[in-house]
Amino acid sequence: MSALDRVTNLRKEAQDAVGRADATTELDQLRVRYLGRKAELPNLLRRVVELPPEERAAVGKAANEARQAIAAQIEERAAGLAGKELQARLARDRVDVTLPPDPPPAIGHHHLISQTRREIEDVFVGLGFMVHEGPEVETAYYNFDALNIPVTHPSRLETDTFYVKPAEDIFDPNTVLLRVHTSPMQIRVMEQTPPPIYVIVPGRVYRPDLDATHTPQFHQVEGLAVDTDVTLADLKGTLLRFARAVFGEQREVRLRPSFFPFTEPSVEVDVSCFHCVDGVTASGERCSLCKGTSWLEILGAGMVDPNVFEYVREHGYDPERVQGFAFGMGIERIAMLKYGVPDLRLLYDNDVRFLEQF
Amino acid sequence: MRLPLEWLYRYCRPDLDTDALARRLALTGTGVERVEHHGPRELHRFVIGKVLEAGRHPRADRLCVCRVDIGDREPVQIVCGAPNVRAGQTVAVAQPGAVMPDGTPLSIANLRGVDSHGMILAEDELALGPDHEGIVVLDSRDLRGTGLPQARDGLVPGTPLSEVIPLATDVLELEITPNRPDCLGIYGVAREVHAATGAALQPPPWNDDPGTPGDVEGAGVAVDAPPELCPRFTARVFDDVHIGPSPPWLKARLMAAGQRPISNVVDITNYVMLEAGQPLHAFDLDRVAGHSLVVRQARRGETMRTLDGQLRELDEQMVLIADDEGPTSIAGVMGGERSEVSDATTRVLLEVATWNGPNIHRTSLKLGLRSEASTRYEKQLQPEQAMEAQAEATRLMVELCGARLAPGTIDIGGPGRTPRSILLRDERVAGLLGAPIPRARCQEILEALQFAARDTEDGLTATPPPFRRADVTREADVIEEVARIDGFDRLPATLPSRHGASGRLTDRQRLRRRAVGALVAQGLDEAVGWSFASPELARRLHLPEHLALELLNPMSSSEAELRTTLLGSLLDVVARNRNQGARAVRVFEVGNVYLPSAERLPREPERLAALVSGPVRPATWREQAPREADFFAAKGVLAALLGALRVPCRVERREWPFLHPGRAAAVTFGGQEAGWLGEIHPLVLGEWDLDGSVAGFEVDLDPIFAAATGAPSYVDLTTFPAVREDLAVVVPEGVPAQRVQETMLAVGAPLLAAAELFDTYRDAEQIGSDRVSLAFHLEFRAPDRTLTDEEVAAKRVAIGQALRERLGGRVREGT
Repeated sequence: MSALDRVTNLRKEAQDAVGRADATTELDQLRVRYLGRKAELPNLLRRVVELPPEERAAVGKAANEARQAIAAQIEERAAGLAGKELQARLARDRVDVTLPPDPPPAIGHHHLISQTRREIEDVFVGLGFMVHEGPEVETAYYNFDALNIPVTHPSRLETDTFYVKPAEDIFDPNTVLLRVHTSPMQIRVMEQTPPPIYVIVPGRVYRPDLDATHTPQFHQVEGLAVDTDVTLADLKGTLLRFARAVFGEQREVRLRPSFFPFTEPSVEVDVSCFHCVDGVTASGERCSLCKGTSWLEILGAGMVDPNVFEYVREHGYDPERVQGFAFGMGIERIAMLKYGVPDLRLLYDNDVRFLEQF
Repeated sequence: MRLPLEWLYRYCRPDLDTDALARRLALTGTGVERVEHHGPRELHRFVIGKVLEAGRHPRADRLCVCRVDIGDREPVQIVCGAPNVRAGQTVAVAQPGAVMPDGTPLSIANLRGVDSHGMILAEDELALGPDHEGIVVLDSRDLRGTGLPQARDGLVPGTPLSEVIPLATDVLELEITPNRPDCLGIYGVAREVHAATGAALQPPPWNDDPGTPGDVEGAGVAVDAPPELCPRFTARVFDDVHIGPSPPWLKARLMAAGQRPISNVVDITNYVMLEAGQPLHAFDLDRVAGHSLVVRQARRGETMRTLDGQLRELDEQMVLIADDEGPTSIAGVMGGERSEVSDATTRVLLEVATWNGPNIHRTSLKLGLRSEASTRYEKQLQPEQAMEAQAEATRLMVELCGARLAPGTIDIGGPGRTPRSILLRDERVAGLLGAPIPRARCQEILEALQFAARDTEDGLTATPPPFRRADVTREADVIEEVARIDGFDRLPATLPSRHGASGRLTDRQRLRRRAVGALVAQGLDEAVGWSFASPELARRLHLPEHLALELLNPMSSSEAELRTTLLGSLLDVVARNRNQGARAVRVFEVGNVYLPSAERLPREPERLAALVSGPVRPATWREQAPREADFFAAKGVLAALLGALRVPCRVERREWPFLHPGRAAAVTFGGQEAGWLGEIHPLVLGEWDLDGSVAGFEVDLDPIFAAATGAPSYVDLTTFPAVREDLAVVVPEGVPAQRVQETMLAVGAPLLAAAELFDTYRDAEQIGSDRVSLAFHLEFRAPDRTLTDEEVAAKRVAIGQALRERLGGRVREGT
């Protein structure tokens, strides 16, 4: 058989095979068989110079045409088959889109107490306050004496304060106890820092009490601002900013006279209820949050008592030259009010069904 | 303190309803805890009646059928079961429509076939006392001292009962702050109401003192205690005392104030205490041995039997009142049994004294004995109050007990010193409050509060009344007085000028937030555990010994110590949630532990602990059984934490009593140990009824935060490409992977930027027994050029050589 005939045969054989192929994988094999490095047709083309001169042109041309035709036919056929195969794969890949998704990577939750603490910290940092922290195990001196709390004050009793053994005399200033408030840090901060100071002190405090609104351990934020000209009106304005930041822009605050040994004047601070209007809820019922009073008690405060400054006078706190305000709020109370938590103990159960709500 | 408004209104009646008065009091400094109603309602249905006839009930022996004149045209028929009902009596009648003190409405009743148009009332039905034995029989003599204006018309049938007996009243439960013992009496609150509302204040009930000064014949008192322990002691003697019940009006007021009536003399001491705020004590003078009293400090070990029947042991700091036979009363706290007033008493010595507040507080605390008297005395009453109470009680003793006042008054100590005047500068008022209060307004307020206020050049000179002597001593105290009455609502809401002070979180606080954020991002929930721990915890954690702070007065024995580890409370959290059905529990806590130290105060290092347990991901229809969290899951959480803080750390094999011995490590920073990492020992898990694997760590935050300060410096990772290749090395079993990695990094430096283990492989035939193959991704780079193959190859050779020489390892062929 002449070389030319061989080319013609190969072209026909290849084109028949390509025409019969019904998978792209089969086409890949055919491409190798007819057009690959070791295939006959490309071989023929490479060896066309070995033919007699008169055959060379014709065979070369025919082989080239055959190669191009086969390649084109493979491409064409492949394009058609690929489309069909894709259709088939997509059909196979069909899923029930209503099945549940992969769970997103679980994100944990900040405890409600620390969320609330952060919220409070951020408000006061914005108002120009530094955040200080201090010891939870304290001496009676810092917890009581230096805060002008007389030895007769009932809060010193064992029913109201946890004492650390041996505590031979609970009225001794050196007796060690669990702080009942964050107020000891007023003294510690003033001992360490000359005026002016603007600080808040969040932290754990302890009192022997357990019911729906008391746990033996809870958290407070103390505030202390001492300068030459800090006024009671400044306390009101500062706490108004705080109340609006935490409970909403519509809130008002109200100061009620009260008594604390370490402030004079002393006030209880109420914020207007965010759950009702004048003690009546939207559904016309007496508001359960404020008990119909339209005010919520949120903290105790006042102007730092001159006697407290006497304890730190040597650190730059002459009561004739400086004055300031102090306040103390319960973080749990703020959280319970804001998030409608009915029982303080829930905050310490650490049940994930509770934790993951916030 | 209970404030019956009917009682208050005797002295001050503001034009406000009960709620408005409560609000006004709350906003001027007298806290109101509750508003209650005391006594019956529908008062117009309670009238005075006169029993015209009391006949036998036809079908009941114990019942009487009475015809009672209640002022209507016709008498009404009332069935009465009281044994003491008689024709001619003046009685209290409730008509149908009345609402009894317990809330029961009264209607026409039929008692065994006889209609009863009302009820003749016993004491308890009028809220005058507990008695239900017989009906109350009214006597015109009982109207003496009521203070009710209508009472002088006498007991006319049909007169509303409330005109002669203070039957019902709203009662405010007040919260009197400890600085205001003067408000522990009705008249004291009346003074506040006067100042707060402007309503007129009637003169006090002690203004007309029937008594006379001078010695008292037949009775003597000596004060042998230091004057600061007994600033004043007054006494008067009453003869011909007739002990009996108190009149209904007095009983009604006592009941409304929460005090049960006993007998006239005792009731008078209670009544005057409630009104004047000053306790009194009545002695049966005939039972006072030697008819003389001495006030002295107790002797150590001295005992006496108090009114409650208990034998009390006293100490030298306690003050007592003794007669010739020994102690008869613990000063300011409780009287003694021996000289108590009884039904047979005819001579009374009435003691009204002033004691030392802190001393009384200590005594009452030490004896575990708190009384109405001690709670008032411990807040320091003023000497003037003693004589006021004495005067009022004298009048009532004479009026109500038929007593004859013996001439003279024993008065040792006398009134206190004139209170100190205080300068109230206009400029300080405005300076402290942030807004001025006009001087005239300050003066008006102070005078309403019974201060003397005199104009001076730059303000006022204020002199507090004696009963405010202890409370108002400084300018700030006076400013509070004017500000609270003027109203804090008038203050503007300003912000401090701050003089350049600025706020921010400290580095530590920001790092703590970042640490917490990293753990939350790892899917851990934050827990807040108790600082309290059980003494049992150390045993449950298999700790051989532990030193913890112990509480003197814990809430319970399981909370008797302060925690020295966060692990206990976190295991509690895991156990609790597992019991509630949670499969995976991933929790952490940031908090202090409390470690005894040589200093007075303990160390309180701040720790962070985390525990993970259960599947690392929730099981789904695509992944039925995800891996359970184990050592490496916990290590991953730790790595995420330290990565977020950019703190380099090492873990080294280390055993801990509470950890799985093969899966336990120490976490170290720069050679310093900072905590543990591992799986909890199965025996420890058993203590919490937990099974499976619970893994976690606990680290001290101080060294971590110390290593974390500073911001990272920029490194160019983009200009020149890195060369990445894999390298497997075979090392003897037991060589920690961390050492292989550290060796590679040390030798490969500075070009080797990272070496990350991605596979471990053991095969005795292929690589030899007791050997392990560790495969690493290596990343070489230089900041200033593209590395050549030769440079990388040289490093690879050097690494191979170092592994061989230092660790007995070799590079595996074909990699």
